Amino acid sequence: MSVAHVLSDTSVLTGRSLRHILRSPDTIITTAVTPVALMLLFVYVLGGAIQTGSGESYVNYLLPGILLITVASGVAYTAYRLFLDLQGGIVERFQSMPVGRSSILWGHVLTSLVANLVSLAIVIGVAFLMGFRTGASFGAWLGVVGILVLFTLALTWLAVVAGLSAKTVDGASAFSYPLIFLPFISSAFVPTESMPGPVAWFAENQPVTSIVDSLRALFAGQPVESDLWVALAWLVGILVVAFVWAMAVYRKRLR
Amino acid sequence: MTTAVAPAIRVQGIEKSYNDLHVLQGVDFDVAPGTIFALLGSNGAGKTTLVKILATLLQADAGTAEVHGFDVAGRAGDVRESISLTGQFAAVDEVLTGRENLVLVAKLRHLPNAGGIADDLLARFDLVEAGKRRAGTYSGGMRRRLDIAMSLIGDPPVIFLDEPTTGLDPQARNEVWKTVQRLADGGTTVLLTTQYLDEAEQLADRIAILHRGRIIQNGTLDELKRLLPPAQVEYVEKQPSLEDVFLALVGETGDTEAAANDTAESASAGKES
Repeated sequence: MSVAHVLSDTSVLTGRSLRHILRSPDTIITTAVTPVALMLLFVYVLGGAIQTGSGESYVNYLLPGILLITVASGVAYTAYRLFLDLQGGIVERFQSMPVGRSSILWGHVLTSLVANLVSLAIVIGVAFLMGFRTGASFGAWLGVVGILVLFTLALTWLAVVAGLSAKTVDGASAFSYPLIFLPFISSAFVPTESMPGPVAWFAENQPVTSIVDSLRALFAGQPVESDLWVALAWLVGILVVAFVWAMAVYRKRLR
Repeated sequence: MTTAVAPAIRVQGIEKSYNDLHVLQGVDFDVAPGTIFALLGSNGAGKTTLVKILATLLQADAGTAEVHGFDVAGRAGDVRESISLTGQFAAVDEVLTGRENLVLVAKLRHLPNAGGIADDLLARFDLVEAGKRRAGTYSGGMRRRLDIAMSLIGDPPVIFLDEPTTGLDPQARNEVWKTVQRLADGGTTVLLTTQYLDEAEQLADRIAILHRGRIIQNGTLDELKRLLPPAQVEYVEKQPSLEDVFLALVGETGDTEAAANDTAESASAGKES
């Protein structure tokens, strides 16, 4: 199996699942609707009573967490599509052909990346309409995109594990519920100082807070300091663990 | 059955267990090139497990198997170049059109001119009109035709058909039988699993009966028939079977595509010439 074949197989299979999304674009819209609704709720209903102490508008404060929720709900579709592929037998068809075996998973992962970036762009667009403003330089935007890409890849590989191990369609996407919930126990919506001791400790030490703080600093055009390194360590760590886990589950299915 | 030719499929002592369930308990058989070999067995006999091992989707616990001269464990890549698998549940991509399904497989087999290959097969399998529609809208017979057409891309010398006619109506089943026969006539080796006795009788050059994880008989239809006492001659009135009546009433060849087109594409009926 040459490298050229693996790359060509991956691009053919990515094209296949992107075509699935183009024929049911509702998956991208649905992915964007929930975070947009949350954003409207928090900014126009709850936001007036929330003291962030940062002096900037609440939509600016909130957007990074909303972006992470977008990705966390978007990756559920990857688990769902992979599960359906496995159930329908098309994965077995591909595996009995001279197709790079990792290409079958990478096709889904790259599709997830593209679909989530589109959803993220929609959410950021709505945020701009709601008054989100950023002084981010081109470099800072690159940093934002880089973090979101890493975050999407890390959660997508977790979604692959879920899709490979699920016994039912519901099970395939249920794994994302705790991921969607994590930003609420972080600095995404309110400062962690306002939480009671043990909750604040958890919030300050879970990955979402460092990622949210990094994104917030990048959007505000401020120096990112140590948050960024903590965030990167979490992201790369989760990505590596999820990837190795997914590959192990994938190989086990062939025994 | 000549023994001089190397077998296209050679299975020796294959065993496979799932936890405490011994699905295959030492399976042996050879399949000569260009022949149709039927693996007959009831549900749960281990037919699909064996096909998955031969198609490199599962690893055997013990024993060896060669397909087209390649060991399935040691040279899985070469085996995959030589085979095609048509599964029990017709694995086509329902979101893609029939033509896109064929193009997809041709590209994954790294063949040049994937579009041309797809158009050829659509014509061969009477799917030219249907080729523009999503495979999810196909009838069972059309879907299976597409499935088999996908398996023929790249002309693999060995084809595995896992219960190819399960769930098909009599016309569609007859179409599949004709296709399988043509494949073997063209030199392709076909291993087919079935639980239908008439299917094995109709198609197979050799029949092996898989029962409780072992091959309990393996021979031609005549050899198997000779296992029982010779038939007594009785005179019975030749009655048409229900199948004869059904096929006479609805037409032997079956306008399955045309019928499906009528319902699904009535709007574009004017385009048909």
